[in-house]
This record gives sequence, structure tokens and C-alpha cells, in this order.
Amino acid sequence: MANNDSGYIKKELPKSVGKLGAILFLIGAVTGLIGFFIDPGRAAYSYLTSFLFLISISVGSLLLVAIEYAANAVWSTPFRRISEFLAASLPLLLILIIPLLLSVQSLFSWSHSAEVAKDPMLQAKSVYLNTPFFSVRVYVILILWGLFYYLIIKYSRKQDETGDQLLTKKNVKLSVIFIPIFAITVTLLSIDWIMSLETRWFSTMFGVYLFAGITCSALAALTYIAVKLKEKGYLHPKITKDHFYSLGTLMFVFISFWGYIAFSQYMLIWYGNLPEETFWFMQRWAGGWKIVSIFIIFGHFIVPFAVLLSHESKTSFKKLKFISIWILAMHFIDLYWLVMPGMNANGLEYSFSWMDISFLVATIGLIIYMFNRMFEKHNLLPVKDPKLQRGLDFHL
Amino acid sequence: MARSDKLYSVAAIFDKPDGIIHAAEKVKDAGYKQFDVNTSYPIHGMDNAMGLSSSKVGYVTLAAGLFGGTFILLFMWWTLAESYPLFIGGKPFFSLPAFFPITFETSILFGAVATFIALITVFFKLPYNNHPLHDTNYMKRVSVDKYGIYILAEDEKFDKDEIIELFKSLGASSIELIYLPKEEKYGMLQPKFMLFLLVVIVGISGATYFTLNKLMYMTPFNWMEYQDKSNPQESSLFFADKRSMRTPVEGTVARGFIPYPYKGIAYPKEVLSNPTLPSKEILKLGKEKYLTFCSPCHGDYGEGTSRLNGQFPTGPTQHSDKVRNYKDGMLYHIITNGQNSMPAYDKQISRKERWAIVDYIRVLQRAKNAKKSDLVEIKKESSTNGQ
Repeated sequence: MANNDSGYIKKELPKSVGKLGAILFLIGAVTGLIGFFIDPGRAAYSYLTSFLFLISISVGSLLLVAIEYAANAVWSTPFRRISEFLAASLPLLLILIIPLLLSVQSLFSWSHSAEVAKDPMLQAKSVYLNTPFFSVRVYVILILWGLFYYLIIKYSRKQDETGDQLLTKKNVKLSVIFIPIFAITVTLLSIDWIMSLETRWFSTMFGVYLFAGITCSALAALTYIAVKLKEKGYLHPKITKDHFYSLGTLMFVFISFWGYIAFSQYMLIWYGNLPEETFWFMQRWAGGWKIVSIFIIFGHFIVPFAVLLSHESKTSFKKLKFISIWILAMHFIDLYWLVMPGMNANGLEYSFSWMDISFLVATIGLIIYMFNRMFEKHNLLPVKDPKLQRGLDFHL
Repeated sequence: MARSDKLYSVAAIFDKPDGIIHAAEKVKDAGYKQFDVNTSYPIHGMDNAMGLSSSKVGYVTLAAGLFGGTFILLFMWWTLAESYPLFIGGKPFFSLPAFFPITFETSILFGAVATFIALITVFFKLPYNNHPLHDTNYMKRVSVDKYGIYILAEDEKFDKDEIIELFKSLGASSIELIYLPKEEKYGMLQPKFMLFLLVVIVGISGATYFTLNKLMYMTPFNWMEYQDKSNPQESSLFFADKRSMRTPVEGTVARGFIPYPYKGIAYPKEVLSNPTLPSKEILKLGKEKYLTFCSPCHGDYGEGTSRLNGQFPTGPTQHSDKVRNYKDGMLYHIITNGQNSMPAYDKQISRKERWAIVDYIRVLQRAKNAKKSDLVEIKKESSTNGQ
């Protein structure tokens, strides 16, 4: 269907995009694999950080799709396919999780029975934190995400052919079910895979903190790709600055939300001043981590907040591209900052490793490759979506 | 509203939102600048159609928000760290994390209030009680379900017939000529306004009085008065002796307490030696404390001239040979322990202050018995200081 009544013309991405993705992925994967052979303990931490980054973008994009359906949003309908393409790595997570499950022993101190026997706190937590339950939990989470991805995307694509309006209604129902499930699963995921690295630490806001970061990064990825496609002329000509202004506003909102949550979490722990909570921040205030902590305050909140504040920057393609790449980088640094100091809890000394880079490269390559694959097969516009025309006509 | 025959604007009413957007575009393209659109709800795309530049109100909000945040941060620094430092939860006096929520909220508050005030006064030019559009058929209809546009007579291109033709060609459902109202003068001292002012004043003060003096003592607003705790001097059923105030453990001393070894001895054989040096600061403190506690009986210069007119025994002079030959420690002992009818002052005057008083008494004694050579010294000092 090259031409139809919405005026959408399908254009192919240049071949170099898919190649770039594949090459990046291969380079990263091969070097990462070597890393696993050299130092499996260190590689597990690098892998976990990049895996969380992949999760952030893929499940975050699925959340954006779900929010669009559930809220009956109109302006974002022309962008929806980009988020759908970005979520395409979700089914792959079921395979990509395997190396992590194999290295549970080197990641989590609660998985060592000798450690647990020594520590009454770990014994008390072992009802929840034990390897079998842990593995089942992560699979349930990933299968649920995969299932909702499969169903929502299937209906969305089917609509391109049939134009059946009831499919939108079905997706609205699915999205309304998915959003609370997402809230619970992301909280569990954050507790299992990040918080339990330092088993004694706890923060009830941690799930929300990760959610804020996930949404920021998914929006940043969407914005970056949307601006790029617009500049190269892939997007519908009726998509104007008003649409990009709305994307910028949404990014601004979630950056502020992230700042709010991050500060609230810090302030409560700082004010309570209890050793069993403060040690987590103390560890991130020791040595070189102090610089990273301060950099995150500025880089993840103050800089994007200041840049996105004005009307002008939310409609400027140059600034939007800059800030969305910036936010993506900051989200990775944030994840790095969450995961890496946990090595100390496991008796390992943290030091920077080339593996951190190679797994990140592989993740970026995978996202580009999957995006390109989806782009080749499917329409960039949901051509028969009942909301599409109103979305294209959107004005502030 | 009585109208003059001076034309204010030509207004047109459209039935559909598409029509008004189209009309706004055409009016803009025809080169009119002084026109505005009235609709009963915001219409997306209207700003573009009218060719409006983005609003400047954001700058007001930003400036006021930044001002509010800075102001409250400085205020908290001043109150909690500078003027009256208070320990709260063992935190530093100026502890930024605890101040952030208040800074944030005050920024929002200042930003919001300033935006509102700027909007109604600067941008909407209120209060404007006799706007020409008030009380017109046009305004009645656009505030219900129609969409209106009007071009002001002060526009450069204004031509009544041309505009009416333009509106007609755009498909306006009706066109109305709006004339300026007749000028009317309203004095401040109108009885109606004064009555309104009176009602407002009485109402607000009455409500305030009622809230603070009556409402706060009614259930459930008075629940905080009843708490599971003992107030000072109250009896308590919790303890066997029914006293809520507990006696400290025997041998308890106050923090920083230094015992005085010659307490209760009228004429001690040994006394303490003076630990202070008579610096300007100490003498200033001693003078202040002497004038407060000692001078009523001993006189301002220690001459034994009481201000109490015989209602109380007059204190002896400080300039007798006996007192002049006392050691510093003996004077300190008398202040600390009391002598004859003079009570002990160790409860009222701190250790440091008592020694400062002793130093000051020495100054008074020296001044009373000044030598010629002292005058030279004083002259020297005043000539270097005074000129």
C-alpha cells in the first residue's frame, strides 16, 4: 500500500542504517562475549547495566503506546509507530536475560548460601530473594510484557490492512490493563535487579524512580528519531512544529518528574538519617562517585530543565535532537550509577572496564537494527487509525 | 449602557469554529492589525490564524518564580542560620535539602500569583468596568455558543463599509456596529461603594475574630489541646507520688556547671584568683552587669549612694580602704555567696559576668583615686583618638 487517502508515501531507509545497527551489535556482542570469558563477574555488571538500558527504551516505548491508546491521545498518533518499532526488542529480552540468570551468583550476595547463613537480615529476606523465585519472577514479568507487546502491536498493524475501528477499542482495553501491570512489574524489576544488588538497602520510591527514568529515555529516543525522520522527509508533511512542541513538553514534564522523585527519595533518607538507608547514598558520595552523583543532578535534571523551559527550544529541531541524545546518555549514566557501586556490596572493587562500552554499543546496535527491520516491513504511519486524521490536523 | 455615536468597532458573528479561523486568517491577510476574536472556549490553531506572537506572560512567571525562590532561600538562611540559629534534627543550620521543598513551593506561589496579577492588570487591562463590548448583543452571543471577531475603529485601514463587505463575503451570520459608551464619572464616595467597603471590612474582621476566638475552641478544632502528656506542675496518675515533674537523680549537675569551693563560708581563708584579664570587652560586660545588679544599692559609681531612697538597706561604698584591699577573689566571693543582708547572686549572674563585675569595680576604685600621671595618659589617648 504505497499510496492511500492519508497521503502517506512509504519510503525506504538507506541501507546503511540496518548495516550500522548490525555492525554495532556484532562488535559489541563479540567483545562482550570475550569479556564474559575473561572476567565473568565484571561482565555481568556491565551486561546488567546495558540490559536495563534496553529494557528502559523498549518497555518505555510500549508504555507510551499504551498511554496513547488509554488516554485517547490524538496528537501523538502519527508518532505511534516509532514507539512501536522501538519496543520491538521486547520479545528478545526473554533470550537476552539468560546470561544474567546464569550470573546471579556473581551479581547478588543473597544468592550465596554461605552469606545468607551469616546474616539474619538476608535470612529474613530469603523468602522473596531466592534464585528459583527470582528467576520465575523475571520470566513472568518479561512474558507479560512480551504478550502485551505482541497483542497491541498485532492489532495496530492489522488495522493498517482492514481499517477496522474496533481494533482501536480492543487496544484501548489492552492498554488499560497493561498500565497497572506495568506499574507493578517495573517496581518488582527495580527491586529485584537494582535494589537487591545492595541487599540491605530499601527505598519505597525506588520503583517510581526507575519508572521516571524509563519514561524519560523512551520519550527521548522517540523524539530523536522523530526529529531525524522529519528532517530527512520521512514523516507526513502535516506533522508540524506543534507536534514536536508537544513531544518536548512531555519530555520536560518527565524530566521534572524525575527530578522530583529523585529529590524526594534523597531527602527522606537524608532527613531520617538512618544508617541502614544512608549507606547507599554514602557509597555514591565516596571517591569518584561523588563527581558522578553531582553530574547526575545537573545532567539529568538542571540542564534538560533549563534547555526545555522555553517555547523556542521545544520547537527547534537542533535543540530537541541535542537534548534527547543528552537525556539518553544521562539515563545510561544514571543506570550505571545505580548498578555499579553495588559491586562493593559483593566484595568486588569497582573499576571502569571496556566491557561497559561494548555492551552499550551492542544495545544501541540492537535497537537500531530492530528499528530498521520493523521500518522495512511496516508502515511508519498507522494509515487507517481512526485518530490519524485528527492527529495530523493537530494545532496548538 | 448608554452609547455615544462614536464608533468603537465592527463586529461579526460566525456559527462554526472553522468559519472563525478562516475569518481570522482573512482579516489578518487583509492587513488589519487592531482586531480580536471572542470564543466561548479555546480554539486550537487560533494563535496562528490571528498571527499572534507568543505571549510574554511566561517571562513574568519566570522572573517572579526566580525571585520567590531566591527570596525564601535567603529568608530561611537569615532566620534559621543567621539571626536565630536553631538545631533541628541534628542537621546543619543551613541545610539545603530541607529548604528545597519550601523554595520550590514559594517559587510556584510567587510565579502563579504574579502571573495572575500580571494577566488581569497588564495583559487584560483590568479593572475596566465599562468596556465597550460589555452589554452588547455580540458579547451575549459569543459567550454562549457563537464565534465572534471585531475590528477596532482605531485601525489604520479602518473603513466601515469595506469591513462589513469583508465580513459578509466571509459568511458572517450577523454583523453589529458597536459604539463607545457615553462617558460617565463614578466618584469613590458613592454610598453604594462605601457600603460595599464597609461590608467587606466588617465581614473579614468578623470572620477572623470568629475563627481565632471561637472556631478554634470548638470540637474538632480543639483536639490538639487534649494530649497524652503532662504539663508542668500538673499532677500525674502515672507516677506513685502523683508528680508529673520528676526530681533529677541525686548528684545531677547542670551542663557546664562548675562548683564553687567556698560556698556558705562568710570569711574564707583562701579565695580564688581572678581568671580574667580586664580587656575592653570584659569591662563593658562588667559595667553592664554592675549597673543592672549592683548599682541599685551600691550606687552607679560604687559610692554607696542607693537609688532606693531608704526602702532597703544601703550597700556600703566600694571605695573604703577595706574594700580596696580585698583580693579580687574576695569580691567574687561576696557576689557569689552574699554578705550580711546582701543575697548571693550566683543564680542570676554567670561566672564570667561576676568576674567582669569585679574587674569593673577595680576600674571604679582606680578612677576615684586617679593620680596626676593618669591624666597625661588620658590626654594622650584622647588626642590620638579624638582628632
